[in-house]
Amino acid sequence: MSVSVQEADFDAGAEMAALAAGRVDVGAVASFIGYVRADKLHGDTPGQVATLTLEHYPGMTEKALAAIVDEAKDRWDVFGVRVIHRVGRLLPGAQIVFVAVSSAHRGDAFAACEFIMDYLKTRAPFWKKEETPEGGRWVDARETDDAAAERWLT
Amino acid sequence: MNINVLFFAGLREALGVSAERLDLPAGIGTVGALRDHLAARGEPWSALATAKNLRAAVNQQMVGLEAPLKAGDEVAFFPPVTGG
Repeated sequence: MSVSVQEADFDAGAEMAALAAGRVDVGAVASFIGYVRADKLHGDTPGQVATLTLEHYPGMTEKALAAIVDEAKDRWDVFGVRVIHRVGRLLPGAQIVFVAVSSAHRGDAFAACEFIMDYLKTRAPFWKKEETPEGGRWVDARETDDAAAERWLT
Repeated sequence: MNINVLFFAGLREALGVSAERLDLPAGIGTVGALRDHLAARGEPWSALATAKNLRAAVNQQMVGLEAPLKAGDEVAFFPPVTGG
């Protein structure tokens, strides 16, 4: 199972080890972990995020992530891909997203990992809501994320 | 023509509805026409017409407002995504 959407936390080390286990052709595993930051990411007034709630579109989320993984496999020589995205209520410091890619060489692994994160940010149907002492607020999409995804179109 | 319509995130909260089964009147054949049809209900539904960067999916594939509709489709409206 290369894509998981789950409330549970994950063990990044175990996931990366699984990508290389039992084979001698893997020369590189590149990975990314996203965490919930305590500082308020968006909005004009500084504040503290008490919790973050992740909503998603069950069914479409898994399809969108699988399509992104398939596109990465078309573009680069990669052996395995693992994507985990958590949903539900998360506290600052919690792991929220994990991407790991195995390949013969680091170039393909790094590029595919970054591509998957950039596309996930703009194409997978997740929405973040921040709960702060001042109340709840849906996080706005960032133009910088659109730009990061668009650079792969060339 | 029966379809299922879903709403997510801030849009779901603004409308107070997460899903609705609709029997569409004749002449509403695209996602954009469906949006206009729903927005014409007045508050709070007009949020569909005024929402910045409203996104839509048909049968769990992201589409533009020009996308055609057919009976049995699952149509979703939502704000730009913010995962990761």
